Amino acid sequence: MEKKLTGRCVVPGKCDGEVMVSAQPISFWGSVDPETGCINDPRHELFGQSISGRVLAFPFGKGSSTGSLIMLELARVGKAPAAIINMRTEPILATGPIVIKHFYGKEIPVVTLSDDAFKMLKTGQHVRVNATEGYVSIIE
Amino acid sequence: MRLTGHEQKILKGKHGEAPRIALSVLVDLGDLFGAEEMMRVSQVHIDMTIYMVDAGVEFAERLADLGGKVAVPTSLNPSAIDLERWKEYRAPVKLLDKSRRLENAYLRMGATPTWTCAPYQQGIIPRFGEQIAWGESNAIAFANSIIGARTNRYGDLMDICAAIIGKVPKFGLHLTENRKAEVLIHLKEISMEMFENRAIYPLLGFLIGEMAGDRVVAIKGIPQDVKIDSLKGLCAAAASSGAVGLLHIIGVTPEAQTLEMCLQGTKPKEIFQITPKMIQDAEERLSTAKKDIADLIIVGCPHFSFAEFRELAQLMEGRKVNRSVTFWAITSRAVFGWIKDCGMLKDLTDSGVMVFTDVCPLQYPKETWHFNGAMTNSGKFAYYCFSQTGLDVIFGSLEECVETAVNGKLCRKESLWRKN
Repeated sequence: MEKKLTGRCVVPGKCDGEVMVSAQPISFWGSVDPETGCINDPRHELFGQSISGRVLAFPFGKGSSTGSLIMLELARVGKAPAAIINMRTEPILATGPIVIKHFYGKEIPVVTLSDDAFKMLKTGQHVRVNATEGYVSIIE
Repeated sequence: MRLTGHEQKILKGKHGEAPRIALSVLVDLGDLFGAEEMMRVSQVHIDMTIYMVDAGVEFAERLADLGGKVAVPTSLNPSAIDLERWKEYRAPVKLLDKSRRLENAYLRMGATPTWTCAPYQQGIIPRFGEQIAWGESNAIAFANSIIGARTNRYGDLMDICAAIIGKVPKFGLHLTENRKAEVLIHLKEISMEMFENRAIYPLLGFLIGEMAGDRVVAIKGIPQDVKIDSLKGLCAAAASSGAVGLLHIIGVTPEAQTLEMCLQGTKPKEIFQITPKMIQDAEERLSTAKKDIADLIIVGCPHFSFAEFRELAQLMEGRKVNRSVTFWAITSRAVFGWIKDCGMLKDLTDSGVMVFTDVCPLQYPKETWHFNGAMTNSGKFAYYCFSQTGLDVIFGSLEECVETAVNGKLCRKESLWRKN
């Protein structure tokens, strides 16, 4: 059984993986440890958990303009998320995966979904992300 | 996006590998945000100058190695260390090495060694309406709001790409229609006397940022004779608690001589008000300290101007910083030259104030300096202090910072909003 959620491509790419959902926005600078990929902001609901290799779903990015750089470092050390799903993506968040594509030749697909579609995602689900074609499939 | 023949050639690598990478990144961003074309910018301010992670050094060095050169005048945000007084700043060897590598890479690309987060006061200063590409949240808010220049909130990496190409995708705050206020804030029962304590400005900024989020905001009720350094503190705080890129101060900032002007014929989507009680509450929330301990006093976040040094020197005159306290005043090389030449530096140094240039005090080396608590007159420093340094912080006016430094214990003055 697959459920297909249609959205919009932000950064192209495809991957399969396990979803990690956060209802809170994420500021990569100040909330994510660039060495381990763990959320290190005690005020965040994902505190202590690793985002590396996960399909990370959160509503939108926030905070400092250094966020783009932290994402680049996560890719450099191999601790980046496998893909990102947002409700909306702002420039600082998008910059990380775009630069990673052109600078390291690695792919971190980013896709946006409507608020309703986003809410169908639950931590632990297995999903297929196809940012290039702008959809996410939940594989039950 | 529609690209010119020249831009298409750059994308094909005909002008070298550094411009190819830089323009590829910018075009992707432009496509994402619905830009129709690229537009020229006259200058760039690079945010990614503080060593944090190796990816930043690799990115800058690789672009420099590939022959990347900035196409327009480009200023630099602070370094992780005082690049001249690094010994006094107790810079660890590794941090010194990485900071030098970043310095070399940017200077090889032709950037200007401003090393300041206040480039609007001592840097390459834009005019009203000028299209620019700036990083550094406080500088973005100041340039857009106080000067009326036009920049998006450019993040690390994007800023360097913009500098190499001298262009950005045409979207967001570069366009007049996106500069109208969506949020309106009124000040309620805030008397003119309350503005005499200038600590009110960062506190207002902190509240404005929370209310605005990432929207353009207009504020009514700020006195017309507000000092430029107070506006600096207000913008810096607003761009910390919120993703504020542009705030209109009615009757003060150039695009908001009237309310109608900054609303561009529309109605605000949301209206808030700020009361004295909220200012008191903001002050309490900005201070994370449970105990009255402050053995590190920080001023100059954003970097101190000459006018601010003058005020500090007057407050310190003939007095000494208590032995139990470390007092840092942070500024740019340009201002440092002026205070040195007029003798103010010697007076401040003799009274125990340590003046550093180039640095961001939020990133001071934790291995070599040990403190128990910080006090600052900066809303931005207070906002980020605990998460960036692990130190608890007390927010206060410049006068309170000086009194605390001299007495070696926390000194508070009466303020009108605290009575409410």
